[in-house]
Amino acid sequence: MTFADWISAPVNWVFLAIGLIVLLSGFRVVTSKNVVHAALFLVGALAGTAGLFLMLSAEFVAWVLVLVYIGAVIVLFLFGIMITRAPTGLDEGLDSDNKALPALLSLGLFVLLAWSSVAAFGGEEVASLGEPTSTETIATSLIGRFVIPFEVVSFVLLAALIGGITIARRDLTPLEEEERASV
Amino acid sequence: MGAFSDLLLIAAEEAEHAEIHAGDGGWWADTAGIMLILPFVAYLLIIFFGKRLKYQGGEFAVGALAINLLWATVLFVMNMTGGVLDQTTFEIARIGSDLVFELGWVVDGLSIMMYFLVNFVGLLVFIYALGYMEGDVRVANFFASFSIFAGAMLVLVGAPNLIQLIVGWEGVGLASYLLIGHYWEDMDNVKAGNKAFMTNKVADVGLILGAILLGLAIGDFDFGHLSEAAVAGNVELNAVALTGGFLLFFGAMGKSAQFPLHIWLPDAMAGPTPVSALMHAATMVTAGIYLMARVFPLFQNMAQDARPWMIAIGAITLFAIGLLALVANDIKKVLAYSTVSQLGYMMTAVAAGGYTAGLFHLFTHAFFKALLFLGAGSVIHAVHSNDMKDMGGLRKYMPTTYWTFIVGSLALAGIFPLAGFWSKDEILATLGHEGYTTVMWIAIAGAFVTAFYMTRAVALTFFGEYKGHGKPHESGKLMARPLIGLAIPSIFVGVLNIPGVDWPGIGNFTEWLGVRVVAMGDYHPESVDFGLAAVGLAAALLGIVVGWMIWGADRKTQEERDSFAVPVLYPLLRQKYYIDHAALGIVGATTGPLARFVDWTNTYIIDGIVNGVGALTRGLGTFVYGILDQRGVDGIFNGLSAVADSAGSGLRKLQTGRIQQYAASFVAGAIVLAVVFVLVS
Amino acid sequence: MLVNQFLILAAALFSLGVYGLLVRRNIVLILLSVELMLNAVNINLVAFESMIRSADATGQIFTIFIITVAAAEVGIGLAIVLMIFRNRRSADVSDLNLMRW
Repeated sequence: MTFADWISAPVNWVFLAIGLIVLLSGFRVVTSKNVVHAALFLVGALAGTAGLFLMLSAEFVAWVLVLVYIGAVIVLFLFGIMITRAPTGLDEGLDSDNKALPALLSLGLFVLLAWSSVAAFGGEEVASLGEPTSTETIATSLIGRFVIPFEVVSFVLLAALIGGITIARRDLTPLEEEERASV
Repeated sequence: MGAFSDLLLIAAEEAEHAEIHAGDGGWWADTAGIMLILPFVAYLLIIFFGKRLKYQGGEFAVGALAINLLWATVLFVMNMTGGVLDQTTFEIARIGSDLVFELGWVVDGLSIMMYFLVNFVGLLVFIYALGYMEGDVRVANFFASFSIFAGAMLVLVGAPNLIQLIVGWEGVGLASYLLIGHYWEDMDNVKAGNKAFMTNKVADVGLILGAILLGLAIGDFDFGHLSEAAVAGNVELNAVALTGGFLLFFGAMGKSAQFPLHIWLPDAMAGPTPVSALMHAATMVTAGIYLMARVFPLFQNMAQDARPWMIAIGAITLFAIGLLALVANDIKKVLAYSTVSQLGYMMTAVAAGGYTAGLFHLFTHAFFKALLFLGAGSVIHAVHSNDMKDMGGLRKYMPTTYWTFIVGSLALAGIFPLAGFWSKDEILATLGHEGYTTVMWIAIAGAFVTAFYMTRAVALTFFGEYKGHGKPHESGKLMARPLIGLAIPSIFVGVLNIPGVDWPGIGNFTEWLGVRVVAMGDYHPESVDFGLAAVGLAAALLGIVVGWMIWGADRKTQEERDSFAVPVLYPLLRQKYYIDHAALGIVGATTGPLARFVDWTNTYIIDGIVNGVGALTRGLGTFVYGILDQRGVDGIFNGLSAVADSAGSGLRKLQTGRIQQYAASFVAGAIVLAVVFVLVS
Repeated sequence: MLVNQFLILAAALFSLGVYGLLVRRNIVLILLSVELMLNAVNINLVAFESMIRSADATGQIFTIFIITVAAAEVGIGLAIVLMIFRNRRSADVSDLNLMRW
């Protein structure tokens, strides 16, 4: 498939548009001088990802991503940012001073990954906007073949819930404990 | 239906047993897996309900092991009378269609012996711990970790394949880390835990690589299949047998504290004494020997070239580390070095082809070493100090501890007819028969050293004048009874394997251990070699005599000497007093410096190498850091000078503690590895 | 659509995440970078699933698992950040060097 063939398919324009959004948002997430902005750019990257999932006929996963990530995780992040009182304005201390080596490393990583995927999956195609994977398929699979991992993951969530509470809870000072006991 | 229903349908696979005559153990073997699970159940119960109970949950731990011991004893007796060979596994995962991961439990001569040992010694140690830990800090945590310790060891010895063995192996490592660092208020204990964990981790890499190599060669990880392939001369296995054997041995070196990876074991004394007792007797350090015995057919049939190296390391361990016990003043460290030395015996024996000899020593050693540690714990409990300089004269105050400690010491020294005599003699006989004469003489010298340091420990602890504070008292029944419970087998278990003796109806230890999927083909002495036995015994007695002259004679009043339990030696000492000086002179001039030299080597060279490698690594880290900060040259010089510095706190500044530098190194390493991988494939 | 276009996009996103992980000093921002990396992995999984079309949608199932575990990770991670901040009045990783020796 030549580049002309590739670019002439309208679906690839959509891909380019979404991909650009994802990458730009991702870039701003790691470069933004403002913590709140970084979190909001992550929303952009995630929304773009959800769009890609829709293109790849993974409808259910796309909406899960929107609900869980954009709906819950980002809100959690914003809470975290607010509670740790990161200044909402520009902040000079967010990045370390040496960016050359990390940039080099991540560039090298990108080249490696991109090169090996080109080498491995040269002309392989994915189904272009095929029939979306039905929620039924996912549900059957989730509580059929993958029921044990499913249970394990729910256990992990429970543990995270309890762990989060335990870690974040502030131990009362003796004075406060007395006060609480007297009430 | 998928994997879930597969899991529910637990398919019991009967092991094939062509030549070896054995039953399948029936219901008891099919349900033996309960032994692997109960300690973990106890763990959960302790975590949730432990703190409300009188012994903070120790009841659950003891209960679990008591039930376990029932199973272990029944199986042990069944194996004595007819042999039991059975394996129950169920699939947990499958990669592709060939590579299957299974969990389960194997019931054969070797694992039954270990089940019995772990549960018997474990139960007594747990009961002892009820008394020892009473009123201590975090008792519930202690018993919870202790249960995991025993449980992980049972998972390890019950493992039908290398995968489950690694699970148990790491579980034991984790539990030991938690237990060694039990008194974490003191930074030294935390460091001891770290040292144990990291030294073991280094060795674990060998184990894991070896397991992958061998497993991929034969297509699964099952020990039975591995043994069969080794006996049948499987070509794929033969190609990797030597490398795989070395890697497994490297793993065993870490857990079984073989030179030079023994450095963690003496430090591991930081934990509560019952932990040391269990760790040195039945769990943890025996794991390496167990692994070597489990894959014995591999070394017997294929990886013979690895064996001289294993023997050499075992021989160095048994002699050189034994000497260290002579200069240690901490009673637990004396016993720790002693354990390392005895593990050297076992490793040497197994490597030389004495499967039964090595395991029999493991079996007897478990009883008397647990006894000695519990005795030491009893003493420490009474005088509130580990240092033998604070002890002395305790035999008057603590008769039960004293007598049982004597029994343990004599058994360890290998005095006829106690357990250690028979097992050590069998190792000597095997070494002699297999043509390792030099090593045999080293082992005999080791017997001398063993008797020597144990005499010293006994003399310093129980004889002379009490030098500590307060008035020591005998420990309570909860602690004294397990001592007696271990002293009895320490005296008698040796007779289970007298060469050439078949006890009516039950045979002997050699036959019980021979119940495996394939025949072991190891050497058993046909009858007692009286000459060799006499030499071994003489070496041990000489050790006692010399030890007594040096540490016993000038430390007490006339009356106390007269009342000492070895009246035969006393006139000898008095009349030939110059021997005292001669012995002092010779032994002091040779052994002392030698021991100090080994101690020095131990402290500076080996620790130095370890520190040096650490320093080198940190030096490299600093180099990267230097580039990061545009101070490359500075970093190199810091790194180099610090590597040269090689010890002490000067190095610590190199460990930057900056996560992102570590992460950067990690990413860089991953990229390099990936590039290598891509280029190779 | 080629599978590679998704893979390369994911590779780029992952590398951006790595860059952020190495450069950022604020812990919350490091966690954000980790989310980017996880997301790149999700894109890979879904793209492969779309290429292979397995009967029980394995790739998508694992994406769901990753999302779930990531949610747990964020919960715990932020709890730790909260505690660190409370104890040290700072969310800067370069201040966290207690584990050095």
